[in-house]
Amino acid sequence: MNSANLQLDDNGSLKHFLTIDGLKREHLVSILDVAESFLNVSDRSVKKVPALRGKVVANLFFENSTRTRTTFELAAKRLSADVLNLNISVSATAKGETLLDTLRNLEAMHVDMFVIRHADSGAAHFIAQHARPGVSVINAGDGRHAHPTQAMLDVFTIRQMKGDFTPLKVAIIGDILHSRVARSQILALNTLGVSEVRVIAPKTLLPHDARESLGVHVFHDLEEGITDADVVIMLRLQKERMDGALLASEQEYFQRFGVTQARMKLASPDAIVMHPGPLNRGVEIESEVADGPQSVILEQVSNGIAIRMAVMAMAMNPRALGGESA
Amino acid sequence: MELQSFLSHEGILSVIDGMAQKTRALAEQRNLENFAIIGIRTGGVLVAEALHEKLGITEPLGTLDIAFYRDDFSQIGLNPEVKPSQISFDIDGRHILLVDDVIHTGRTIRAALNEIFDYGRPASVTLAALVDRDGRELPVQADIIGLEVTLTSNEQIKLTGEDDMELVIGSRQ
Repeated sequence: MNSANLQLDDNGSLKHFLTIDGLKREHLVSILDVAESFLNVSDRSVKKVPALRGKVVANLFFENSTRTRTTFELAAKRLSADVLNLNISVSATAKGETLLDTLRNLEAMHVDMFVIRHADSGAAHFIAQHARPGVSVINAGDGRHAHPTQAMLDVFTIRQMKGDFTPLKVAIIGDILHSRVARSQILALNTLGVSEVRVIAPKTLLPHDARESLGVHVFHDLEEGITDADVVIMLRLQKERMDGALLASEQEYFQRFGVTQARMKLASPDAIVMHPGPLNRGVEIESEVADGPQSVILEQVSNGIAIRMAVMAMAMNPRALGGESA
Repeated sequence: MELQSFLSHEGILSVIDGMAQKTRALAEQRNLENFAIIGIRTGGVLVAEALHEKLGITEPLGTLDIAFYRDDFSQIGLNPEVKPSQISFDIDGRHILLVDDVIHTGRTIRAALNEIFDYGRPASVTLAALVDRDGRELPVQADIIGLEVTLTSNEQIKLTGEDDMELVIGSRQ
């Protein structure tokens, strides 16, 4: 997947936002800076700016998601765009329409931007390859591949709480093997130059070559991996993993990998706790930690709106049309 | 673009001195009690900071970045240098002194007024500009003007520097 070229125009500006892969540090910092200027829009009496007035954004969700879809919808509305929400798992594909047909039909309705979530890795790239020039595509999660806006809101929250990335040790705990969130987070954290990215997981939930392929430090013991960490990120344990041979039970997972207050004492005293949601309380995280003073889980949600506004405003980039008439 | 110095730091400060006097007189005449100052990024903030100091106003200066309000957003896209707008006071019912470095087409002021009204409903807005140049495309006029300058349509005047301000004129060949 040659996504690096696909998501940038000739000037190196974003025209789609599909993956962190191939983006430079400057790209990521520029997204974070633009998001910063959207943060206080929610404090104003009119909670929107006119940047995307008259544009149409279609949310194409082939997979269920409440938080991601609503924050994308709110972000588009705060940019003054008109928003179409299509819950496609229950509409067209059920009738046999292909992804390409769905795209062509929506293009005929003059949609300017697609936000897409799909169970297949590469779905957003496929749409971006086939979309008309001038139409932007934002990846809201594709299969096991990438969830770049989640990763950006996570690093945004880290920057907000910690300032500088370079001294930080970040521990990510959970199902690294199947997680698009983890893949995107690791890429973003390494691109921004944190001191250490650690992954903590049972062997069955880690790629066998994680160290080389992801550029991380691998731990199979939570207490060892969490020691001195500045940022502790849990991943959601998908219930369907329990059915297979990968894990014995939720109870056993919690015993070995559940983040508890007692275990948090091993981390740096001012460590922050993050989770992309939705939480499995008592499986990957203890309630006292999720609701405790170190938790920034709700800040992540608020920051998600600002980050999504930033990537939409940046990708709706008319220079990518070759239309430099102004 | 060829750049030519037009006015140096000292000269600019003495022009702003004059603007401060005009502001005091106008505030009295129009009864603009307890007015707050907002500067438009980036040049307008420099002028607003100097005015803010000369007028001895204690309330923090507001700063406005109009990137998301520009009328050419759909032609040229987002300026990636955008910074947050910061207005720490309540706009509702306040008299506002809006400050920019150069008033030219009037489009920046249109965008700034729209953004201010998204924060609330001010009692009034008074406009101050360091430089008033010709070329208006909208019916917008400044109440307080530092200098009036006439330039050709391919010339541009802008305020640069921070601690060492300078007005420069650039011309496109």
